[in-house]
Amino acid sequence: MSVDPQALLAILAMAVATYLTRIAGLVVLRYVSLTPRVRAALDALPVAVLTAVVTPALFLTGPAETAAGLITIAAAFRLPLLATIVVGAVSIIAMRWLLG
Amino acid sequence: MAIAMPVGIAAIPIGAIFGALAVQKGLSPLEATLMSLLVFAGASQFVAIDIWQQPVPWLLLGVTALTVNLRHVMMSASIGRHFQHFGPVERWIYLFFLTDEVWAFCEKRAMRAPLYPAYFAGIAFVLVVSWSGWTAAGALLGAAMGSAERYGLDFVFTALFVGLLVGFWKGPRTGIVMGTSGVAAAIAHEAIAGPWYILIGGLAGTAAGALMLAPTRQQEQPS
Repeated sequence: MSVDPQALLAILAMAVATYLTRIAGLVVLRYVSLTPRVRAALDALPVAVLTAVVTPALFLTGPAETAAGLITIAAAFRLPLLATIVVGAVSIIAMRWLLG
Repeated sequence: MAIAMPVGIAAIPIGAIFGALAVQKGLSPLEATLMSLLVFAGASQFVAIDIWQQPVPWLLLGVTALTVNLRHVMMSASIGRHFQHFGPVERWIYLFFLTDEVWAFCEKRAMRAPLYPAYFAGIAFVLVVSWSGWTAAGALLGAAMGSAERYGLDFVFTALFVGLLVGFWKGPRTGIVMGTSGVAAAIAHEAIAGPWYILIGGLAGTAAGALMLAPTRQQEQPS
């Protein structure tokens, strides 16, 4: 059980950055009136960021990851979040065994 | 608190998986648990351990957390409209606990009744205890578990994000945002070392969303 100073620094940097995102909206609400275009940008932002996170993991890692990714995407349209995660884990094991 | 139980239960596998993955990337169980307590934002924590290495790139991790959690700005602006019963200092403390789940529950509540701090606190308390508690459990078990790939656990956060993304689907416009972000992220991933593809893809997709502003939307929400 130890905490490396560099690791602690990283965790604190993440914590401060995350807290700033959590209060920024309340601050912005006080001083800025959101134009429709800014609203449209904020509406798109979660999808844009999440897509950017998953794209290389799904399509630039290898054939097993891409195949399992497509199965997971299909599952996500039909199943709740937890079941989707289970399908993802099972399909990556299966695809690595078949294709890896 | 009973209302919050599904949130607490849902955090069990993800928290445990996060703890297990974190120790396999070289974090100590205490470091993993501290991250769950202090950062308390699952998506950014999974991304962080994905790019975690020695020496720890703390600045990059901070900037990445900022990028991944930028959606909280929108959630904070949205939930802030319902803070009439929160004290002037109290609201800044409660916002520390604003996760996707807490936000979704409180927004739902605010649709039919005034939002009181006790409601927010109940959801947040159950989630923070479950999330960091199961991170610790997963980290302690994960150290004895061997390779994450053997269990498909390394793919779990990708599946989690895929599941979340589908929940955001609102039609073809969402597809255009996804396409723009995905292509930009893929190019950036191949061209630039490090996780900057998240920022580049995120900005490209957000710009696409802003450019697609529908005329009907302008009529609905005049500013």
